[in-house]
Amino acid sequence: MTVAVQKAGRPERTGTEEPPAPARRARTVSRSMIVAAILVVWLALFAVLRGKQTLSLAAADLTDLHRWFNDVNDSIGANRNSNPLFLYFFNEIRLVIDSLVTFVQELISQPAAGRPVPQIGWLGVVGIVGYVSWAVGNWRVALLTVAGFTFLGLQGLWQESMDTLALTLSAVFVALLFALPLGVWAGLSDRVNRIMTPFLDFMQTMPTFVYLAPLTLFFLIGPASATIATAIYAAPPAIRITAHAIRSVPETTVEAADSMGATRRQALLKVLLPMSQRTVVMGVNQTIMAALAMVTIAALINAPGLGATVVQALQSLDVGTAFNAGLAIVVLAIVLDRVTTAASGRADSARGSDSSFLKWRRQLMVAGGVMAAVLVYLSHTYLWAAEFPGEGSTGSTIARAATDVTTWAQDNLSGLTNAFRDILTTGLLNPFQTVLTDSPWWLVGAALAALGTVLGGWRAGLTTAVCVGLLIGTGVWSDAMTTLASTAVATVLVMLLGVVLGVWMGRSALVDRLLRPTLDAAQVMPPFVYLVPFLALFGATRFTAIVAAIVYAAPVAIKIIADGVRAVPGTTVEAAMSTGCNTWQIITKVQLPMSRGALTLATNQGLIYVLSMVVVGGLVGAGALGYDVVAGFSQGQLYGKGLAAGLAIVLLGVMFDRITQAAARRAGA
Amino acid sequence: MARHWRAGAAGLAVLGLTLTACGGAKVGDDSAAGSGSSGTCGTFNLAINPWVGYEANAAVLAYVAEHDLGCKVEQKDLKEEIAWQGFGTGEVDAVVENWGHDDLKKKYITEQKTAVEAGPTGNKGLIGWYVPPWLAKAHPDITDWKNLDKYASKFKTSESGGKGQLLDGDPSYVTNDEALVKNLKLDFKVVYAGSETALIQAYRNAEKNKEWVIGYFYEPQWFLSEVPLKKVSLPEYKEGCDADAEKVACDYPVYELDKIVSAKFAKSGSPAYDLVKNFTWTNDDQNTVAKYIAVDKMAPEAAAKKWVEANRDKVDAWIN
Repeated sequence: MTVAVQKAGRPERTGTEEPPAPARRARTVSRSMIVAAILVVWLALFAVLRGKQTLSLAAADLTDLHRWFNDVNDSIGANRNSNPLFLYFFNEIRLVIDSLVTFVQELISQPAAGRPVPQIGWLGVVGIVGYVSWAVGNWRVALLTVAGFTFLGLQGLWQESMDTLALTLSAVFVALLFALPLGVWAGLSDRVNRIMTPFLDFMQTMPTFVYLAPLTLFFLIGPASATIATAIYAAPPAIRITAHAIRSVPETTVEAADSMGATRRQALLKVLLPMSQRTVVMGVNQTIMAALAMVTIAALINAPGLGATVVQALQSLDVGTAFNAGLAIVVLAIVLDRVTTAASGRADSARGSDSSFLKWRRQLMVAGGVMAAVLVYLSHTYLWAAEFPGEGSTGSTIARAATDVTTWAQDNLSGLTNAFRDILTTGLLNPFQTVLTDSPWWLVGAALAALGTVLGGWRAGLTTAVCVGLLIGTGVWSDAMTTLASTAVATVLVMLLGVVLGVWMGRSALVDRLLRPTLDAAQVMPPFVYLVPFLALFGATRFTAIVAAIVYAAPVAIKIIADGVRAVPGTTVEAAMSTGCNTWQIITKVQLPMSRGALTLATNQGLIYVLSMVVVGGLVGAGALGYDVVAGFSQGQLYGKGLAAGLAIVLLGVMFDRITQAAARRAGA
Repeated sequence: MARHWRAGAAGLAVLGLTLTACGGAKVGDDSAAGSGSSGTCGTFNLAINPWVGYEANAAVLAYVAEHDLGCKVEQKDLKEEIAWQGFGTGEVDAVVENWGHDDLKKKYITEQKTAVEAGPTGNKGLIGWYVPPWLAKAHPDITDWKNLDKYASKFKTSESGGKGQLLDGDPSYVTNDEALVKNLKLDFKVVYAGSETALIQAYRNAEKNKEWVIGYFYEPQWFLSEVPLKKVSLPEYKEGCDADAEKVACDYPVYELDKIVSAKFAKSGSPAYDLVKNFTWTNDDQNTVAKYIAVDKMAPEAAAKKWVEANRDKVDAWIN
């Protein structure tokens, strides 16, 4: 779920500096007046028509569409052994991927061919990852990698971590196999890019719960389904970023190559790809992060590893054990993130370095390689190097500490948190939700379309209208409106946090350095880990879901806003200071207005991230679409409804995305 | 010169490591102990549905299959629906705690014929509405449904829209609660917590902070050994009173929990099948093992070992 550069395909407006022209200011005022007018008309009509034509549907009720989805699902299940499509297509894919995963697992995590331990034991794995990260990055990253992997062993989670690593590597490999060529293609052709974008949106917003059950239908239970589910979720960032990288190679360079008579193929291989290498590696990085985020979800269809530990601990509400495993996922993520980031840096610096350095380096590389090989040999042969020594007592210490902290927070803070919840629920969430769910559907639809048009132009308005129509078609309109209300409230809170912390981080490098690791951890820590403490603090309510969504979505918004604030030219800030502005004035009159592009991007990303947590919210009392999706995954007769609810989440996402993007273009224009 | 020196040092370090390593135990030295006990059983694919009571059944069965019958047990974490799907494809041999699920039985046993029943587990499944013990003690009459409306306003929450809140749990539970509230004309609203975790946490808080909570729950369940919830009596269950899902106005029946196996597995002649078929125990047995796992935080295998060693006679009856 960590897709920080999700929309990187679009040029960011973060750094543009242009004082607002007076003419536009007049237009902005009138635009906000139109928005106010729409809201007033909506509220007036709501007062008259309340409770009519709300299209509500009880939890167990189905529409024809839902039943049709069910029938399709059933007939696939019944015919899978006779259908040639299965025999010669899906089963073949499954076999290939299954053997890939099993191969990697036997290499590093599972006992292989008659051996009680995998082919390469812990010492060998540590040796290899240390060597590789040194070779592609630098010695500092190598040190971090070795420390990180050793820590996994000390946590008592060596085998689980290696299972997770095996699954992640296989899924990333499969994803990149398709993503890189598709990304290059989309980078070269505008048309392909246009066609591909909606599919990528779909893949990223469709809740993974929705396609887990069908995947086991197509690819059976086992590592293949888990790998494919992960690959589907993880591929889009690599495609988007690769396309973006190819696009942003300066046109003059390409023209120069053309003028020298390079063929299309030569231009691609010799100019475009090498020049976009650095950005492409960032895409790989994002794909790895997304794959790691799927680890806990894939555990629901028997993916081995850390996710299984988290899910099992959740059943007995064992916060400590879940946290320990979650921390291992965070450690893996941080290590892999730093290695790939360093690798993308190396891509640049290697080209610039002189040849004598390279020669010296080559010798060291060979020595390091020999050493890694010896470690692999040792871990293959000797038990002490194959099985991580010790009892993993660090892990139980961590688990105990996490449990203690949680218990303390539950005992001492729940009065405070409950009061906070009640104020926000009655003051903000309930009235908002009532207006959305109790207004007639056509009124809400018209209002949304009108708002879309005013904020984002007629194209955005049209998209909104289409989405509203399709939402009604899904048969879960009322649930969608409930979800919309919670999502909007969560996004408002995310933006509040984003502005406060983002400005603070943007203005102070020290604060940035201190906060950033926490933000990274919050994005990678599986939400299943903090569900139990949040349930204790806020109860099984919609608000718990909102808090969980904030933990996941706020880091993105904060990071984007911090970057935006930092991009405001120092000279402008100095000029403002010299005219006697105080800190507050600089923030509100200079830094925030000038990073307006970043603010809109942060809203866009915040919303998309909040939406991706809707299903998790369904597990803790948010009901509505999230519950429908979870129910569809659990009960055969609700499968169709769950699928429809998943589609509704995608539609909400597309609607918001198009409006905010169009609004951002207007704000930046 | 420096580079030669460094490469040399690295080489020396490697050499040193290799030499010191020679004393260690080699992989394969003790292979006799590792893979010696392969009986006639082969691989036994056991689905693990996501609740601790199920895990207790599965842990004990897996332990006996491994240690007494020499099977290789593959445990697979799966939700019910997906586990049943696996019968047809050979990925799953047995589901060892099934709660009713007439829809799945119809689909996989009657229609697709990929699964067969393998008899009851001996556990009695009780579903119903429960309140925390402090509440039943403070207001003893609350355990009769007729008095619920009197207290409805106490059960109000931010989620229940002015009515009392009746908390339901995981969507895969068998539930008639919405129909019950409507047909018994209670001033309550069903609120879906969405997961068993959320439900248990709600009861745990309620008992600790003396909060008003009423909701769906079931036994056997490990949590009852931590907080012994009290069941609220609904109008008595009579055969057929729940035939029409819309008009249900009676309590849930007592479920005979049972075991389902794949048709292929039933015919395979594997001793694991006989074990699954013969396996029965009581609610107390299951609660004991579930408590070892969930409350005492023992690994399922260790929990199973502890119970099996204390109840050898019961186990012997399954395998002889």
